Amino acid sequence: LSKKVQAIYLWWHKPVIDQELLQSLPNLKVIANSGVGMDHLDLKLVASFGVKMANARHAVSSSTADTGMALLLASARRLVEGYHVAISSGMEHCEADFLGVEVTGATLGIIGMGSIGYKIALRAKAFEMNILYHNRRRRKEQEEQAVGATYCEKIDNLLQQADFVMVVVSLTPQTRKLIGKREMELMKPTATLINISRGAVVDQEALVTALQTGVIRAAALDVTYPEPLPRDHALLKLKNVIITPHLGIKTDKATRMITEEAVENILAALNGLAMPNEVLPS
Amino acid sequence: MWYHEPVVNEELLQSLPNLKIVASSGVGIDHLDLNLLSSYGVKVSNTPFVVSTDTADLGMALMLASSRRIVEGYQMAVSPDTEYFPADWLGAEVSGATLGIVGMGTIGYKVAERAKAFEMKILYHNRNQRNKEEESAVGAIYCKKIDDLLQQSDFVLLSVNLTPQTHKLIGKRELELMKPTATLINISRGLVVDQDALVEALRTKVIKAAALDVTYPEPLPRDHPLLKLENVVITPHIGSATKKTRRLMMENMVESIQAGLAGLPVPNEVL
Repeated sequence: LSKKVQAIYLWWHKPVIDQELLQSLPNLKVIANSGVGMDHLDLKLVASFGVKMANARHAVSSSTADTGMALLLASARRLVEGYHVAISSGMEHCEADFLGVEVTGATLGIIGMGSIGYKIALRAKAFEMNILYHNRRRRKEQEEQAVGATYCEKIDNLLQQADFVMVVVSLTPQTRKLIGKREMELMKPTATLINISRGAVVDQEALVTALQTGVIRAAALDVTYPEPLPRDHALLKLKNVIITPHLGIKTDKATRMITEEAVENILAALNGLAMPNEVLPS
Repeated sequence: MWYHEPVVNEELLQSLPNLKIVASSGVGIDHLDLNLLSSYGVKVSNTPFVVSTDTADLGMALMLASSRRIVEGYQMAVSPDTEYFPADWLGAEVSGATLGIVGMGTIGYKVAERAKAFEMKILYHNRNQRNKEEESAVGAIYCKKIDDLLQQSDFVLLSVNLTPQTHKLIGKRELELMKPTATLINISRGLVVDQDALVEALRTKVIKAAALDVTYPEPLPRDHPLLKLENVVITPHIGSATKKTRRLMMENMVESIQAGLAGLPVPNEVL
């Protein structure tokens, strides 16, 4: 059987692509990933076996941007807490002092203005949010103007001004623990951190401390390290944290589009044609 | 007046001979008998515009939370029994879906503005059609008959005020016209929906889900079936519940009261 395998469609990091697996599949030509992140793959190792790789970068952007907005709104308006108040058996009266923070007109700082970050900016603009962004490269003027985004060359400027900090970078050696103690202390005490990138981009221990001591107001995380977190992890117990089970792209529509994108890439690779979303080891 | 208390009835009005004005928080005034108050020469004010963006924001929050299963997801993420996240656990996409807005007043229009950025197709039903510029600014299509809206929408959002005409506007018939994959979002008043019909529709999967910031009564009795249904998200009437807006509401109310006591024209007077 192992001689027949020419393509792998990776679903949620399984199977693990290591030396052993690659050696056992002599005719493997291509690995297509179900998503955009490639941090779980050793790109150089795979390339050394002459195997091509592809991700599904177009299919993921809208659903992930929607997830970012869903978490921002849910956190700001304390939706999950509110649900528990509404259905709990102890609720005798409406709590008149159950208050959240405003989204319309607030300042959103987007860290990582790629396809997903830009779609978030498009959505946030409709909420009349003031948009700041930090990115490796500055975007073109028309792109900035279309969403009313202001470039912050230094991440510190963004952190100090934002009411909501949205992390949308890919995980690389440069972005590992990008948001740590220093960065959180630069944030406003009324600010919310939203992470839809990778758990390892945030220093989780520093985040726990920041949330416990009111250094920042709240966090909403679709991603953690690891996933799921150990059941006794401090993040699971904090009231000012919303965690979701990496559902960024988990919709029927996105799943179908991702699979279509993967199949397109696999077929191209097997036919010796140019792949639409080839990922090369940089 | 906050949260409909105290109840303003004949007894109360008779006991307060010098009452000049009732300033009500929020925009809804369905809890007040305007004719009765008028007969006692008491003016009424509300806070109509300051609540609009927060309420529209909450409408979007409920739509996203429901379709992406945020509450269920949270429970899975923190549950002591969770060992892994299942691969086949999916929500429904908001981007590109069809949103039907029932009641395109200030709040409904702000919902449309936000939904447009999610590339949603927007249908709306309203007593009056909006003008062409307003419609094209948000890409909204008028449905003169509510049935057309109900049959085509993936999300039906209610943002009408409660009047005798909108009482139980959404009942068994309307729910059955909706797609079985559709979600009902209510940010108006509990009584706009026939709650018993809603429970039945959710139980029998006539519609997929509901997200309600308002119910009748508030809060619901603790044994009410809506509290137990998996495909329902309920929030405790927090449409305008942000620090900033509540302060603005209070400022508006004080302004109205001061004008009312001084015999001056009352800002935000309800006639």
